[in-house]
Amino acid sequence: MILSKIELSGLRKTFGAKTVLNGIDLQVKSGESVVVIGGSGSGKSVMLKCLLGLLSPDNGSIKVDGEEVIGLSPRKRDRINRKFGMLFQSAALFDSLPVWENIAFGLIQGQRMNYDQGRAVALERMAQVGLSADIAELPPAELSGGMRKRVGLARAIATAPEIILFDEPTTGLDPIMADIINNLIVKCVKELGATTLSITHDMTSARKIADRIAMLYNGKLIWTGPATSINCSGNPYVDQFVHGCADGPIAIR
Amino acid sequence: MLDFLSLIGHAFLNLLRRLGFLTIFILWSLSHCVRPPFYPRLLIHQMINIGYYSLPVVGLTALFSGMVLALQSHTGFARFSAEEAVATVVVISITRELGPVLAGLMVAGRIGASMAAELGTMRVTEQIDVFVTLSTNPAKYLLVPRILAGTLMMPFLVVISDIIGVLGGYLVGIHELDFNSATYINRTWEFLEPLDVVLGLVKAAVFGFIIASTGCYHGYHSRGGAQGVGAATTHAVVSASILILTSNYIITKLFFAG
Ligand SMILES: Nc1ncnc2c1ncn2[C@@H]1O[C@H](COP(=O)(O)OP(=O)(O)OP(=O)(O)O)[C@@H](O)[C@H]1O
Ligand SMILES: [Mg+2]
Repeated sequence: MILSKIELSGLRKTFGAKTVLNGIDLQVKSGESVVVIGGSGSGKSVMLKCLLGLLSPDNGSIKVDGEEVIGLSPRKRDRINRKFGMLFQSAALFDSLPVWENIAFGLIQGQRMNYDQGRAVALERMAQVGLSADIAELPPAELSGGMRKRVGLARAIATAPEIILFDEPTTGLDPIMADIINNLIVKCVKELGATTLSITHDMTSARKIADRIAMLYNGKLIWTGPATSINCSGNPYVDQFVHGCADGPIAIR
Repeated sequence: MLDFLSLIGHAFLNLLRRLGFLTIFILWSLSHCVRPPFYPRLLIHQMINIGYYSLPVVGLTALFSGMVLALQSHTGFARFSAEEAVATVVVISITRELGPVLAGLMVAGRIGASMAAELGTMRVTEQIDVFVTLSTNPAKYLLVPRILAGTLMMPFLVVISDIIGVLGGYLVGIHELDFNSATYINRTWEFLEPLDVVLGLVKAAVFGFIIASTGCYHGYHSRGGAQGVGAATTHAVVSASILILTSNYIITKLFFAG
């Protein structure tokens, strides 16, 4: 039996009276790439934050490598979080540090690598995400949105984590760069053997990087299936989303 | 009437709750101060920021306070023909009270506010969340250097502030009030108590700790975008100022009035 790398079951999260996640069940196998699609505000980012322990869910269980992670002590939580890399939707770069130190942060501060080595790795990652070395010393505030996204991406993969979470990796990028990033994600999975859970609105990207796709709607995963069958899911919600029609069962409030 | 009373009760309970949270926060960050890993680079950076860059503000405040103190006490004492007491009043008030308190309030405005704004922005832009994915503890990386640097650098600032304040009194005494320089200096020395200075420095360390921890607390727990950061900054300065004045009274009561 292959153990699931990540296993969410019955995950519920409410903010005040508003239920955002209403019983999420999802398994991600080791080395698999799962993409979650869903409308804006459907709770995709909240799901990832619950997984990292940044938000605490009201109900349900989250298992990483078979170990329950809800309610762990801070120290154990820390050990679990070492397995994760994450690209935040807003990139969330440290604006007090230059680009290269942002990328090497997990190596230098987290793994006690020395500065020169950290810098070398950072430059390597920058090349991988298509950033030229001459922006290494710039503060993040001087970058464009797309460049910031790529710096965030480089930072997420810098420590070669076992599990990488991508929150909208291709939004704000031009189509060519988006394709480069998609290839990079596919490569990460292959070369690092990483397990990835990504969020996107971009169907091209989803088709490219996903082994499996799941659709989040109304707090539940209403459809899960192999990426190849996304066009013939037989689910009207998924069809509407995939084709991007304003008419259909999904009501935009 | 009852409404009014319940309002007061509410405010009081709220205050207690806040103090409770602040205390827990402080204990939590203190526990991180003594456990590795440590970040000496960041500590030095903060010490320079707090100690060195606050010198102009603190120095100017002390200079003019010393000067005005000399002028005002001269006016008062002239009525009793006790003008010689000016030097004494200046040195005692500066070292015991005005040096630490004024420096504390100025630094609360300068450093407490900037800590709250910086950490608040990091919080609302999710930068603090990022730490957990980079195997770094945000408390150790962000809070400990700031709190340690605040506690260590305030006494340094207050020594400078004492010296400049007394100097301000001296300048006014010599140039405006026609004191004899030697007499003024003698009087100052005579009443300069080492204990006053030391207690002033103890106060300073306490104030430095208060400023840094309230700044960090409000910034670290801010929420809700630019508005939230603004509120955090205001709260940091207001609560630091109130806590400085309250603890100043308590320390004075304990050590000077015993
Ligand atoms: N900290 C919070 N406090 C209160 N409500 C929140 C909080 N975080 C998220 N929400 C709410 O949860 C819902 C889902 O937010 P989330 O950020 O997960 O959306 P999303 O699916 O990532 O959307 P997008 O694709 O636009 O990024 C939103 O309606 C939002 O208002
Ligand atoms: Mg989102």
